[in-house]
Amino acid sequence: MAAELIAPSLAVQVRFERHAPGSSAFTLDVAFDLPAGITILFGPSGSGKSTLLDCISGLLAPDRGRISINGCALFDSAAGVNFPPQARRFAYLFQSLALFPHLTVEQNVCYGIVDLPLEEKSRRTAAILGLFRVQMLRTRKPRELSGGEKQRVALARSLVTNPRVLLLDEPLTGLESGLKFSIVEDLRVWNAANRIPILYVTHNREEVDALGERVIALEHGRVVSAGIPHEVLDAPRRARLAQAAGFENYLDARVLDLRGEDGVMRVGLGDSSTEIEVPLGYSSPGDRVRIAVRAGDILLATERPTKLSARNVLEGSLQAIEERGATVACQVQAGVPFVVHVTRGALRALQLTVGQRVWLVLKTHSCHLVED
Amino acid sequence: MAPLWLSFKLAAIVATLLLVVGLPIAYWLAHTKWHGKFLLEAIVALPLVLPPTVLGFYLLVALGARGMLGKLWLALFGHSLAFTFQGLVIASAIYSLPFTVQPLLTSFEGVDKKLLDASAVLGAGRWRTFWRIMLPLASPGIITALVLTFAHTLGEFGVVLMVGGNLPGITQTVSIAIYDRVQSLDYSAANHMALVLLLISFAVLSSVYALNRRGGWPWQPN
Repeated sequence: MAAELIAPSLAVQVRFERHAPGSSAFTLDVAFDLPAGITILFGPSGSGKSTLLDCISGLLAPDRGRISINGCALFDSAAGVNFPPQARRFAYLFQSLALFPHLTVEQNVCYGIVDLPLEEKSRRTAAILGLFRVQMLRTRKPRELSGGEKQRVALARSLVTNPRVLLLDEPLTGLESGLKFSIVEDLRVWNAANRIPILYVTHNREEVDALGERVIALEHGRVVSAGIPHEVLDAPRRARLAQAAGFENYLDARVLDLRGEDGVMRVGLGDSSTEIEVPLGYSSPGDRVRIAVRAGDILLATERPTKLSARNVLEGSLQAIEERGATVACQVQAGVPFVVHVTRGALRALQLTVGQRVWLVLKTHSCHLVED
Repeated sequence: MAPLWLSFKLAAIVATLLLVVGLPIAYWLAHTKWHGKFLLEAIVALPLVLPPTVLGFYLLVALGARGMLGKLWLALFGHSLAFTFQGLVIASAIYSLPFTVQPLLTSFEGVDKKLLDASAVLGAGRWRTFWRIMLPLASPGIITALVLTFAHTLGEFGVVLMVGGNLPGITQTVSIAIYDRVQSLDYSAANHMALVLLLISFAVLSSVYALNRRGGWPWQPN
């Protein structure tokens, strides 16, 4: 009983090798601890996130390793322990949600708690349906639900079982932000009351910022970085990871001079004469460095801006305008090519046209040094 | 109308029997990772390509008083299987096996594996997952299997003739009876039975195709 009183913690140490014929060999080799609370698992596709979740849930048996909750092993290759998914009491929400199409919302939610006495079952079902605000949908079939409703029902079905660990594989993909964050908020409320380890896979930076207490960055089946979201994602140590975190601009640069007292250095971009100021790195004049800048962190102006705090103002010409949903990607040649994101409103207000003179504004600390 | 009744009885028994036998075979085929599974698939499909006489001949040998199955039956029940209704049931079941297993296999393979995974993670064992998820979602395939097996057994001729002979009231099914009437130039009786068989077969098949139309089953997504 004492073990139930302290917040549970999941220890994962997994090695999984796949040599499927026809696909490239892949090795997942990770070790980390998950305390109670939300941990984001972040990484490009193919980095092994779903394989890892399958291993933790018991759907897939790792080749080697140990998975334990509060020190109690659920999988241990050395000891020959492998609990099936049914016995782990973990909840796992797939990206596809996998609601049972022939059962009603209520039957779906009850599915994992059939063994409980009737009274307890209806009490828990009603409570969780209420928490996720889907009680009025209880007699509907999944195909009669909207995207957001399906996600709420799937979450309710997973959580009604009082799982010891919650695994979420991009559960909110495809929802518009407002809806997404109202669901995220409900999950937070549930988590505040229950405090179990939650592993949440996402690509989405907004979800990371809204949910994450911790981030584990996975790449090629290995943990490359772990910590608080801001540290892991805003200062990527490796170019591939930076790409996953949404950096559209990678600039080859050479260090011109260091201004240690200001915490900055000046670099020249590519082979051009364009110079910008970036945060000070462990470099010396003459070193070659790479700099990553998000397209959304660059401001675009149609007249030369003055009296700005931002230190980098570059003159260039607008090469192309490409509308991608709510954002507009502008290609700008300013010594080196840049991609800049603006809103549709900005596109209209500035009356941007291809070939036009524009100025780019980059804050020093929006320029991230990236190691190769 | 004794031959017609006999045919219906035979078809109903064979369809039910094959469903019981076919469900585990199809389930196993849908889930096994055994590399030799193609062997079983080939054996199941064999009756589709073999002439009924070949199958009928071997079944007659096997079911006869000197065949293995026949001897066993003789020891148990005191008579051989050849030219009996029970023998007809066994022969028809083997002959119609692909018509049960194929639709079942297709519908089992069509069930989203993520649903089975979700069921397992929610604590349901294999048995419960099979009854609560697999079977309801595969029900169009189960109905197709039942109906096709029923219709195929109803219309079978060669194997029945080889194994059952032509004993009125015991092994004379409607297809044999039609053949019998034509041989004795009783075209009116032959036409009567042929027409009934044609209409029933058409009604059965058209209702299956109508139900299997996209969204024909209330629980199918879309």
